[in-house]
This record gives sequence, structure tokens and C-alpha cells, in this order.
Amino acid sequence: MPGPTDAESVFDRLERLLPHISKPIQYVGGELNSTIKEWDAGGPNTVRWALMYPDAYEVGLPNQGLMILYEVLNERTDALAERTYAVWPDLEKLMREHGVPQFTVDGHRPVRAFDLLGVSFSTELGYTNLLTALDLGGIPMLAVDRGDDDPIVLAGGHAAFNPEPISDFIDAAVLGDGEQAVGAITDLVRTWKEEGSPGGRPELLFRLARMGGVYVPSLYDVDYLPDGRIQKVAPNRPGVPWRISKHTVSNLDDWPYPKQPLVPVAESVHERMSVEIFRGCTRGCRFCQAGMITRPVRERSIEGIGKMVEAGLAATGFEEVGLLSLSSADHSEIAEVTKQLADRYEGTQTGLSLPSTRVDAFNIDLAKELSRNGRKSGLTFAPEGGSERIRKVINKMVTEDDLVNTVAAAYGAGWRQVKLYFMCGLPTETDEDVLQIADLAKRVIQTGRDVSGSRDIRCTVSIGGFVPKPHTPFQWVGQTAPEVIDARLAKLRNAIRNDKRYGKAIGFRYHDGKPGQVEGLLSRGDRRIGKVIRAVWEDGGRFDGWSEHFSYDRWMDAAAKALAGLPVDVDWYTTREREFTEVLPWDHLDSGLDKDWLWEDWQDALTQDEVEDCRWTPCFDCGVCPQLDLDIQIGPTGRKLVPVTIGLPPSYAEKPAVGTP
Amino acid sequence: MARSPDGPPPPPVVQKLRLRYAKRGRLRFSSHRDFQRALERALRRAAVPMAYSAGFNPHPRISYANAAPTGAASEAEYIEIALARRCDVEQIRAALDQALPPGLDITQAVEAGPGALADRLQASIWQIELAGLDPGDSAEGGIRDVVRRFLAAERVEVQRMTKAGLRTFDARDAIVAIKVEDAQASRLGQACAILRVVVRHTTPAVRPDDVLSAFHAVADFAPPSPPLVTRLAQGLLDEADGSVTDPLVADRDDDGA
Repeated sequence: MPGPTDAESVFDRLERLLPHISKPIQYVGGELNSTIKEWDAGGPNTVRWALMYPDAYEVGLPNQGLMILYEVLNERTDALAERTYAVWPDLEKLMREHGVPQFTVDGHRPVRAFDLLGVSFSTELGYTNLLTALDLGGIPMLAVDRGDDDPIVLAGGHAAFNPEPISDFIDAAVLGDGEQAVGAITDLVRTWKEEGSPGGRPELLFRLARMGGVYVPSLYDVDYLPDGRIQKVAPNRPGVPWRISKHTVSNLDDWPYPKQPLVPVAESVHERMSVEIFRGCTRGCRFCQAGMITRPVRERSIEGIGKMVEAGLAATGFEEVGLLSLSSADHSEIAEVTKQLADRYEGTQTGLSLPSTRVDAFNIDLAKELSRNGRKSGLTFAPEGGSERIRKVINKMVTEDDLVNTVAAAYGAGWRQVKLYFMCGLPTETDEDVLQIADLAKRVIQTGRDVSGSRDIRCTVSIGGFVPKPHTPFQWVGQTAPEVIDARLAKLRNAIRNDKRYGKAIGFRYHDGKPGQVEGLLSRGDRRIGKVIRAVWEDGGRFDGWSEHFSYDRWMDAAAKALAGLPVDVDWYTTREREFTEVLPWDHLDSGLDKDWLWEDWQDALTQDEVEDCRWTPCFDCGVCPQLDLDIQIGPTGRKLVPVTIGLPPSYAEKPAVGTP
Repeated sequence: MARSPDGPPPPPVVQKLRLRYAKRGRLRFSSHRDFQRALERALRRAAVPMAYSAGFNPHPRISYANAAPTGAASEAEYIEIALARRCDVEQIRAALDQALPPGLDITQAVEAGPGALADRLQASIWQIELAGLDPGDSAEGGIRDVVRRFLAAERVEVQRMTKAGLRTFDARDAIVAIKVEDAQASRLGQACAILRVVVRHTTPAVRPDDVLSAFHAVADFAPPSPPLVTRLAQGLLDEADGSVTDPLVADRDDDGA
């Protein structure tokens, strides 16, 4: 592991570059509630983590996952954690010219000086940014080339449930909830350091592979069939497990993080504090990887939520609180939570928002509580599919009447605009399914005009291309080709625009289908995709999640070259439908879901059979609870939030001045 | 039918405070918008009883004046805040300073007297540190020569990219005085020339980087490393002697009366 002299701050060298780049404030650190610990804070065997969000600072800073791990690790006396983000190309160019390495924004230390570099992937489109960070950091890009002086590169986040496309570049992937896992990894690394780092890097990786929940790709071999499919994935060393299961935190009230949310001086994409009100989702939307891999549902109690909101507001000064989860209106006590929080913060200009709301769980009371003390934030609903038929295919059990009743309540309560989110390119989808989005949007506008008595009513239709994801019932489907998606969206656009009565009231936002195909390639890819990623990066690929940086042609050219001579190509990975018997690249990574159940659910999709939510119907045997030895954890608790009595605001009263009448 | 916000109008303004703040160290890279966000959050953390505007999106009543550009440090920025309840001025200053990140420091606070603060911010004194230049160098092309040639010019046109596009304007007339300080070592121990520039506030404002552009225009001057720029003072300008005086003096006098 690197010595302390490698950990010197590079700020003086960086500072000279800052006058020449855009938004320099994002690189200087010093955010409210950030922590800089001494390099040897926990003695000579301190376990040092660099935590990276592989996107721009403005996107990465508010990320809850990274914030939680940062705080959990820094609370330990034997560890420290600092943060690093992707640098924009203007600074990257100057860093290369002046030899400034990838640095943390806390201590401005080179990332190579740390024991571990943990990278959180919410999306696969951050992969090229990982390569930039490694290269700028002076860390060998290929895991196989790294030595004892290089950090262990760990991937986490949802994309880590299929890390095969980046298996050349990472040393290990951590599956599932991170807050407990980083502690276990810290213990393991500290013990190994205390023993004098026996066996060097290979021994440390071996120990990580055996601890559970950590996948070390280099300890597994992949064999392929002549037609390109995988024959098997097997450990190449005795003592390495065949399957790796995910970490799952069992009581959210034990993990009230972040307690001290970071507040940047720079602008970020979420100008609010967030409290995760539950984790996991059992609605069973078949396209939703997050809902599948984070099961079972684990609610935070109303009291736990109340404490986090109180502490977080005091620590940050934000004026909006986001009640975060995959479907926030589904919390068993959401009405009580929103009402009691609104009571508590009456008259303080503090707004509440639910970033993710199901159409059917929303009601007018909830809408009013959300806006009682603060601004009316936008309302977004996600019917996902335009027709009743396609909604049955994806198991989004929302009827058109549910949606119309819900938006009627919203418009009636004073909202003038709602946003509706849909997907295009869903399995079995036809033009007709997509064109029904236009009919739905028009009915929404008409309803709004009727209940509000105003013509000042708008709705925005926002459409994303569907990308099949691992560990979902749609993991076998053929992805819809980008040209088909683009043609359907063009027809839909005409259907909306050509109707003079409603066209102007309906906003239409969509992206073309091309980035979705690249995301699909990376989502369901295998180890052979690593060469494609590397070739794209070498050709200048950066920030692929940003349309101004993304280049479809660059990806297609790189794939054609890197996969030449193999029996596979981009279509093979994306638009090809898989058979039940095919070994999928992620089959050895266990999200707890039973593969037979996933297949049955996929067959149910084809016959438009819906599956209820196991929170209020019997278990459907998805496999997660017995696999993890857990159960769903939901209320209601029936408890109440008492008014805040501690921490009354200071009075700032004037002292009576002498001589005042 | 026009909509109007529900509920009673916001409480009236009962007290206005004028604050002087500094933007120091690495926080000099914050933009004016960054400062606004940080200030509004600090006001909430410190639970300062702000007066809010009426309307659908009530916002705290804060007046900003004349912010220093991103990348420039400052010892003399000014804002005015309006309170819904009378408060002890020093307690507010201390609490707000505590709630802001280190490097954004509230250095003075006074209760506002009559007259507009903006009218008193007539000029600035800027310090420009040019590391790697010998302040004693009076040879042709040296810093003293460059300043002499600039001051000798009637007009020096410079260009700057603004939101409205590329603007061309005179950078000479707004300059009241430039003084080259005597020899001083910079932080890194190398030679460093320090300029003190008195700039009259005009539209468009002439900024320190415009002055350096003007040096380039008259004498082909380019600083050997990025200059460190700090606003030392803002206030009333005495055209006769080029001095800039504290804009809060009038409020302090008024306060005591």
C-alpha cells in the first residue's frame, strides 16, 4: 500500500489551473458537513477510502449512497473517507498538461494514495468516466496490471449487479446495500494490514472474495460456446464461492444516514435534503431493476423519519425535504408522515416533496400537505405505458381512470401543470400502444380544464426508451431497435401536435433511442464488452450520460472493431431475445430473486397476467425473503410526531439600550 | 381569472441590516450565485427572522450589490437584509458568520440608515498580486513601465465576453489611480509585484482582468502566472485624492444619533 508521502495535497498545483476552467468552485471542497481526517487518524493501519461518483460534481454530490458511505466510514476511528468526482474535459486537459493527478475534493490527495477506490455506479453510462479517473490517477487501467501500491478498485451501486463489462478494470464489486458492507470490508482490510499485509494484493482479493457479498472477477473464469453464448462461469481457485449474494440492511432505523448531509457552495441537481423513507419495492413493475434488486421492502418508522428531517434541516438550511424511496406514496403511514411533518414546520417555508409517486396512491390530502409550508413543487406521475394492455404487460397496475382521478385531484388543488412519464420500446409494444399516450394526455388536459374552470392547464409528456436490465423478468427480452423507437415517437409527436384543441397544452420531451441501445449493450453485456469500453474511452469517450458528450457512432465503431472475429455484435447483445436455458453473464450474482420465478413472471407478462404486491396479498415466492432470511418490514406503527421542542430558534433579541424610553 | 396566493400577507419589514462580508481563500472561486445560495441556507440554519416577499414563491428579502467576479477574492462585499423582527445586530452578524462556510465571512453589520447603499458604492480598491515579477524593475517592459504607459494613455479599448456577447469598451477612464507597491515576497518566496488599483464604478464595470487586458493592449504585457486579485475596499470616492471611504460610516453615525 502507498506510503504517507504519496498523500500530500495537490491543491497548490490545482489552484493554478482553476482560473482557466468553468465552475472552479466544484473542485475546491470545503462543503458544509464535509470531513477531513488526518491521514493516520486511526494509526498506521488506518483504512483509507476514496469514494467516487463517476459523473460531474453537480450530479454526484447530492447522491445519497455516496453521502451515506462517506459519513459511516468517517465515523469509524480506524478509517477515513474522502470524495472524488469526474472532472470535466476542460480540467482533465489541464491536469494532463501539468501532471496533476485525480484528486479528492476533501484533502485534495491523489486517489492512488488510498487503500480502496470505491466507485458507485447508478448507471452504466459512467463507465468511461471510471477509466478517466484511473488514468488521471496513475492507477493501471487493467486490474491485472495493478500492484501492491495501487488501491483496490471496488464497484458498487445498481450497475454492480452485472459488473462483467467492467471486470477488466475493477478488482471487485460489492452487491447490495453498502452501509454495512463497507464496515465489513474495512474490518477485513484493517486486519490484513495489521498482520503485515501477508500475501500482498492477491491474498487481500482472495479474502474479499470469501467474505460474502463481494465479487472478485479475476477469481472466476468464463467459458463460451462456439455460437458466442456463455457455457459456464466458474471459480478458478479453491475456496472461492460459486455464487455471490447481496448485502441487505435489515432495520433502516438503525441507519439514520446521512445525519449531516453535505451542502455544497456550488449548484447541484438536487437543491434539497433527502430522507430515505423506505428501501425496496414489491410493486413488481417488470421493467424496474431497482425494485427487483432492492427487495424486500424495509420501511423507516415515522419517528425515525421525523428525527432525520429535524436533524438534517438544522444541519443544512435547505428549504425542501425530499421523502425518498422507489415509490414514496406507498409508505404505510405516508399520510401521517406528510401531515405531521407539515404541522411541525408550519410557517417556516419548508416544503416537502415526494420524488417518486405512484398514480394510484396519491390523493388530494397528500397533495395539500406537500405544499402547505413551502413552494408547490412539480408533480410527476409515471403511468409508464400508454395503453391498458401494455401496462398489464409491464405489471404497472394503474388504470386510465386512476390516472384521471389523480390528476383531477391535483388540478383541483391548484396545480396547473403535471408531468407524465412513459417508456417506449417495451416488450410486445406496438405503434397503437404508444399512440394511446396522446389520447391519455388529451384526456388529462380536458379533465384539468373541467375541474379548474381554467384553460391555463398544462401537462408535459416525458418519454424514455426502455432498456432491459439484469435481474428483472425482462432480462431475456430483445430490446427494441432505436429506429423503431424513433419512428414511434415521431408518430406520437404528430398525434399530439396535430390536435389544435390540446396540442399547445401538452409539452413533449423525449430522447432518441440511440443512447438506450448503448446502455442496453452495457447493462446486459459480458466480459467481452470491456474492450469496447476501453476503445471508446481511448477515442475520447467521456460523460456518456450527457447528450452533448455522447457519441453513438463512436460506440458503434468501437464495438465493430473490438468484437470483430467474435460470433457476437451489438445486436446480439441488445435486440436478441434469450432462451430460458441460456447462461446469463450475471447468473452467478445473486440478487435473491429466484430465476424460475423471474421466468414465470416474464411468461405472465406475455399473457398480460398481473401480479399483486406482496405487502397486501400473499407471497408470490420471488425468493428474496427466504434467501436473505428476512421479511418485509412495514408499518403502520400508529406513532405520532410530537412538535419539535428542542433546538428552538435563537431570539436575537436586542438588549435594552440605556436611555431608551 | 388571475390567481392570488392563499393566506395572509407576509409580516412587514421592521429592520434592515447592512452587512460587509469577505470572500477568502479557495472560496474566491465561488460565483455570485453560489454565494446567494450559501447565504440563503446560512440564514435558515441560523434561524434569522427574515422578512419574506409576497407571492407564490416567497423569498427572503436580500439586496445584493456589485459582486466581485468568480475567482477574485474580496474583503469588501456588501449586502442588505430585511428582518421581520427587531434583532441585536452583532448577534445576527456572529450567528450568520458562524453558519456560513469558512472563507465566506461576515465582517461587519450595521442597522441601515437613510439613503441607498448602492449609491455609496462608487469605487473599489483592487489589489492585484503578480507573482514572478520584480516590483523594483523600472526598465522598459517592467511592471512600472507598463503601468506608466497605461496611465499615459487617453483610452485603452479592451474586449470581454459578456452574456450579451463580445463587448468592446474603454478600460482607462474608470481607473483613478494605480500604485505599484514596494518590494514584497509572495507566498512561495519568489518575487511578487503588487498593484493597488482604484477603479470608479461604471457601466460596464471595469474589472481587474480588464486592467490586465489593457496592459496587454498598451505594452504587450502577460502575467507569468495567474494573478491573485482581491478587492480591498468599496465605498465613496474622493475624486481629488483618489481615496475610497467606508460606505457604512453614515449608518453607524445615524445609529448612534
